[in-house]
Amino acid sequence: MNRPIRRVAVVVTLLFLSLMLNLTYIQVVKGADYRTRQGNTRVLLAEYSRPRGPIVAGGAVIASSKATDDQLKYLRTYAAGTMYAPATGFYSITFGSTEVERAENGVLTGNDTRMWVRNFADLVTGRQARGGSVVLTLDPAAQKAAYDALAGRRGAVVALDPSTGAILALVSSPSYDPATVSTHSGSTNTRNRAALLDDPAQPMLNRPLRQTYAPGSTFKLVTAAAALSTGRYTKDSVIPGPAVLDLPQTTADLPNESGAACGPGGMTTLENALRISCNTAFGGLGLTLGEDTIAAQAEAFGFGQDPDVPLSTEKSVFPTGLNPPQLAQSAIGQFDVRATPLQMAMVTAAIANRGVVMTPYLVSEVRAPDLSVLERAEPKELSTAVTPAVARQLTDMMVTVVTSGTGTNGAIPGVSVAGKTGTAQQGGGRAPHAWFVSFAPAQEAKVAVAVVLEDGGGASEVSGNRLAAPIARAVMSAVLGR
Amino acid sequence: MTTTIVPASTGRRRGVELALLVLATAMAVGAFASVELAHSSELPANLGSYAAGLLAVFLVAHVGIRWLAPYADPLLLPCVALLNGLGLVLIHRLDLAAAARAARAGAERMPRADAPIQLGWTALGVVCFVGVLVLVRDHRVLARYTYTALAAGFGLLCLPLLPGLGRTINGSRIWIRFAGFSFQPAELAKIVLIVFFAGYLVAKRDVLALAGRRVLLVDLPRGRDLGPILLAWLVSLLVLVFERDLGTSLLFFGVFVTLLYVATERVSWLIIGLLLFVAGATLAYHLFGHVRVRVDVWLHPFDHAATTGYQIVQSLYGLATGGILGTGLGQGHPEFVPFANTDFIVSTIGEELGYTGLLAILVIYAIVVQRAFRTAIAARDPFGKLLAAGLGFALAIQLFVVVGGVTRLIPLTGLTTPFLSYGGSSLVANWIIVALLLRISDASRRPAPPPAPTGTEQTVLIPR
Repeated sequence: MNRPIRRVAVVVTLLFLSLMLNLTYIQVVKGADYRTRQGNTRVLLAEYSRPRGPIVAGGAVIASSKATDDQLKYLRTYAAGTMYAPATGFYSITFGSTEVERAENGVLTGNDTRMWVRNFADLVTGRQARGGSVVLTLDPAAQKAAYDALAGRRGAVVALDPSTGAILALVSSPSYDPATVSTHSGSTNTRNRAALLDDPAQPMLNRPLRQTYAPGSTFKLVTAAAALSTGRYTKDSVIPGPAVLDLPQTTADLPNESGAACGPGGMTTLENALRISCNTAFGGLGLTLGEDTIAAQAEAFGFGQDPDVPLSTEKSVFPTGLNPPQLAQSAIGQFDVRATPLQMAMVTAAIANRGVVMTPYLVSEVRAPDLSVLERAEPKELSTAVTPAVARQLTDMMVTVVTSGTGTNGAIPGVSVAGKTGTAQQGGGRAPHAWFVSFAPAQEAKVAVAVVLEDGGGASEVSGNRLAAPIARAVMSAVLGR
Repeated sequence: MTTTIVPASTGRRRGVELALLVLATAMAVGAFASVELAHSSELPANLGSYAAGLLAVFLVAHVGIRWLAPYADPLLLPCVALLNGLGLVLIHRLDLAAAARAARAGAERMPRADAPIQLGWTALGVVCFVGVLVLVRDHRVLARYTYTALAAGFGLLCLPLLPGLGRTINGSRIWIRFAGFSFQPAELAKIVLIVFFAGYLVAKRDVLALAGRRVLLVDLPRGRDLGPILLAWLVSLLVLVFERDLGTSLLFFGVFVTLLYVATERVSWLIIGLLLFVAGATLAYHLFGHVRVRVDVWLHPFDHAATTGYQIVQSLYGLATGGILGTGLGQGHPEFVPFANTDFIVSTIGEELGYTGLLAILVIYAIVVQRAFRTAIAARDPFGKLLAAGLGFALAIQLFVVVGGVTRLIPLTGLTTPFLSYGGSSLVANWIIVALLLRISDASRRPAPPPAPTGTEQTVLIPR
């Protein structure tokens, strides 16, 4: 009987081996997959069971964890409530996390690979593992100035440091308090989120990064840059600027808002055309330059890209396959041209930065729990949009907009400000969006701003100046300390 | 695997057993301390008395072996003591989770703690262990009770079906409730039926080994000899039908067919057994909704993650979250898996002790099972061989079915994990199994008696 017993023993050994192989598959091979599945709340509970690192801006803690006595041991709190929501996002047991809470989750939970050695030391010494902290580039003064200036009206503000790409202000209005969907009660979170999603003002929409608008006349900066970059134009070149541009292939015409020509005899300099935001001049210029030239210029400014902020952003679009009327409309930022407030801030910042587009970034430093710096952001060039000479001419033209043109409300006493207004017409009889983009000081810029106000009142170019320019001025003043 | 019969000169090795037993107890106590540290950040006040108590219980078993089976295998006791000790810790750990949950929910009454009860069962198991060694001084005596064992086994299997005594819990009617305790008679039935299989097959193996026709290199048995295997098959199916106990059904049939093969050395019995198994499985799949549900959940667990597949999916999540090194005792969430302290205790191990810990546990089981087979090979009488092989194979198949089910290698069938799971009947029955194995092992490792005139294993006299 020994031979069959040995055989049975061999078969049993094989059975055990198959158990072990299967365990290898489930715990090692498929481990990461199963661990991170939606239905597995263990990882989430582990995250909540230790203090999550804070999010800091300009020395102020804007998101932090507070010990509680329920099963989820730490509650996420947001000191500034609604103001920083587009940057911090929320951290919800019910809906996961968004924005920096999501993008820097590894650091905030302490699971980041750069912290493994430290975590292992904590494990050995029995100290509770903690999350690291994330320092944002946001300037609290600029953020507050922008948020207060928007005063609950629908719109967005982005401010950049032109020389680095650091995001100084990132405001969406109206906003929401991330704490309301980050409670430890699933039903409370669900109810609050449903109310926010039902709100027609879309408080949870991250307008500065993910809402695209027709940029309107602010896009004339791109068209002007394309023209100057060809070398065939300077700011003093004289181009046609009639009262009405007769569009080919169609009965529709492109008029100036004032109904008047932009200069004596229907001719104007490029500089004057920008100063008074002459539609016919830039429409005609667009037709002369052609779709490809403008599209290439837009792309050089960052259109069509999603820079790793590290939050995801909506791509800005310059349309293709345009017929001449569409091309003329597109050259003045109408038709299907779409840009995020971030994108128009990048265009403005590039002009301020001698033509170089810096990659925008929101996280300046990542720190371990003991506050040692794990990573410090290095400014990176995204692309070169125009030459320094072209940038200088564009700057001069933009200064005239603020000193004597359509954007006089952007002026700050004692500082040279360069700006451009915009009024983006919307179809369907809705009020246009009011834009203002600017930077200051004009020669050695410290801040570039893009402001958009949705449905911003009157139908005229004036609204950009009347509504949006004061907001940009408040933000620039805050950064410049004036 | 050792291929030679153990020579008589291996010695008693009781000192080794004692040292390993102390080590096993120390590991269990260390695990207990680890759970308490994770739970309350301080060592329990009663750690010393707990360690002393546990060691005392195991020492009773050790002294019993020294006294009653001094030549028995020295590895079996430390291995099962470690499993039993770890099981106690895991059950205690799940008690803490249940208490915490009840406290959070604001329950007025705390749930009953299972670990102290299991400790009581452990003590009873050791008492039964020693009792078996006392009562069964020669395992061959058991062969006398072959048909008594059959009757007892049948009786035990049928007990839960009696109205008033039996209880249906979670769809299976395999429990009896007696004097306030729940008991699974199938656990004891397992032992007596294996005794019956061994005794019966020793008596009938010559007939059953007779070849009928030869088909495709396989000697088929004679048609008239098919009776016993068909009967075993039928009984297994009846268990499935009336008690809805997939695991026990599979276990009985598997052990019977395997012993039939061991006794007759005829592969044809395995083939016939396999065919009958396939037929039975197909029949069960088509006849019973609960079998179909099990198979469907096995194939597509994540489609049923919120309903019928919740348990297995949570088990997989737990195993995966444990990963290679585990979360550490007391630091995971094994309580998310329903029945974590019985059927799913393996996923508790996988989550908190990780892949590494679970592999170590499997290796300990493998040692126990291989020691059982070694005992079977070394046994000097055919009854002892069949009994040891049957008990060893039953342990192995039970472990394979439950661990395979919990880790989704095979469809889930409800069986306890030997020595680890919460449950008195299972624990006591497994201690009895170990006692029987040690009894056979003692007989085989005892210095050889003066050579009998006939000397070969086939002609050992079995007193009747």
